[in-house]
Amino acid sequence: MTVEVANSSIAEDMDRVNRQIARRQKINSMVRYVLLIAVGFVMLYPLIWLVGASFKTNSEIFTNPGFWPKEPTISGYVKGWQTSTPYTFGHFFWNTFLIILPKTIGTCISASLVAYGFARFEFPFKRVFFSLLIATLLLPNVVTRIPQYLLFRDMGWLDTFLPLWVPSALAGDAFFTFMLVQFLRGIPRDMEEAARVDGANSLQTLWYIVTPLLAPALISVALFQFMWTMNDFLGPLIYLSSVDKFPVSLALKLSIDTTEAFDWNQILAMSVLAITPALIVFFMAQKYFIEGISTGGVKG
Amino acid sequence: MGGENRYLGLAYLSPYIVGLLVFTAFPFAYSFYLSFTDYSLMSSPEWVGLDNYTKLFTRDRTFDKSLKVTLIYVFSTVPLKLVFALFIAVILNYKLKAINFFRTAYYVPSILGGSIAIAVLWRYVFADTGLVNMVLGAVGIEGINWFGDPTNALFTITLLRCWQFGSAMVIFLAALQGVDKSLYEAAAVDDANQWQVFRHITLPLITPVIFFNLIMQSVQAFQEFNGPYIITNGGPLKSTYLLPLYIYDKAFRNFEMGYASAIAWILFTMIMVLTVVAFWSSKKWVYYAGDKRS
Repeated sequence: MTVEVANSSIAEDMDRVNRQIARRQKINSMVRYVLLIAVGFVMLYPLIWLVGASFKTNSEIFTNPGFWPKEPTISGYVKGWQTSTPYTFGHFFWNTFLIILPKTIGTCISASLVAYGFARFEFPFKRVFFSLLIATLLLPNVVTRIPQYLLFRDMGWLDTFLPLWVPSALAGDAFFTFMLVQFLRGIPRDMEEAARVDGANSLQTLWYIVTPLLAPALISVALFQFMWTMNDFLGPLIYLSSVDKFPVSLALKLSIDTTEAFDWNQILAMSVLAITPALIVFFMAQKYFIEGISTGGVKG
Repeated sequence: MGGENRYLGLAYLSPYIVGLLVFTAFPFAYSFYLSFTDYSLMSSPEWVGLDNYTKLFTRDRTFDKSLKVTLIYVFSTVPLKLVFALFIAVILNYKLKAINFFRTAYYVPSILGGSIAIAVLWRYVFADTGLVNMVLGAVGIEGINWFGDPTNALFTITLLRCWQFGSAMVIFLAALQGVDKSLYEAAAVDDANQWQVFRHITLPLITPVIFFNLIMQSVQAFQEFNGPYIITNGGPLKSTYLLPLYIYDKAFRNFEMGYASAIAWILFTMIMVLTVVAFWSSKKWVYYAGDKRS
């Protein structure tokens, strides 16, 4: 008897608690949604406004806080695309692409090789090299920038794309190598062992067995490298001097300096175009971004 | 693996070793040497001992100003950004249906991160008759002189970086989702209120991630360049003239490579000291699962 009573009072207790939790959750989630939507709106409105404003006339940009242009015009895009230089914005996008392509491919190849070396082999000074990898992860670029500039000057690389991608193609971005090492450590080695029993050498094993398994992590690497290179400004600013080699980021800065006075809609229109590739890539592959940051931890 | 040549691993590391020596180790050492020289690119570096450092700390008023602005910027931006990121992450960490949608939406500004286009947008949003002042005007508040007033300009850059709280938030969110749910249920039975739950259960469990974010964001904030360079160009009255801008001007406009290297080394030392202090103090406040401390 007493056991049953106790049981039922426990059940009542549980019931009470559950009801309380349910009620609390309902009110809570209402408050949360309202807050999230409000914050989200404030956060995204500048971007939304940017898109609308790029279709406005110059006089409307600083008078209309709304999204919809009163007299929609595409003149910002047409004139902005022509630029005040002999080149169109297409040329600057092409330059950006010429930097991104070797940089991304070089990063993927070199970071895979190095990560494979760290994760699967024993060799002299391994600990030392791994500590150095972690150290470069935290080393601020600001302290190596000036000698790097002098080095590239002596190599005759100034005003070429080489300083912008060669260091990365030699596994210079420690973050990516580190991320791949961590990923590789989580992959079981059975298949690699089997491949070796079948007579594959280590390079064949890397190419046929490891690389396919590494693919999701490599996609994250490529995506982040794409984003960061797209946004890189200081590198091109220091190393590139002739306008025909400018990437989009420098061209945009140039257009502020030359057309600032009145042609605002051209600058806004080109800003929209400049962020479009990054946005498209992000929305196509956001899964890899979120996973990449959550597992690796990323600047940004 | 092994069995084969014990140097095979080193062969795989060779791209990294070459890159490390040429593009990191050598420049690192060389910049330290340069900081004790006078080097204007015209002739070879001339050894001047501690002159650069003495001048920086005793006679260079621009450096004083720049150092002060940098410290204010870092110590206001990083805490604000992290508190906001954690606040939103806590709200998102709840059985909400649209969590993925919000997470994506909040992450968009971070994706565009250092983009020049965003810095450009900021100029328009905070201009005298820009978006913010138009909206303020519409509700009857007098517009604020964001960039023209030295007391506001730096804060505008801080706002830009806080706006990009997304990546810190995603890291917080991943940590929050890893907290053992049974702890929350136990707290609910004990009638703990939400603040108590957060303060005594959630917060201690995610300290490692707070620590990680703190270091990464500080290292980044100390090196902020694009924002002030594009938006305010260091002005007005050098109120946004962060140290990286000063280094850039000295090195690549005035070609005072030795002097600029000395400033870079001071900045580097500050970042290192902060990191070391953070690591050292983390023993006291970072809780790792399995710790004896209760």
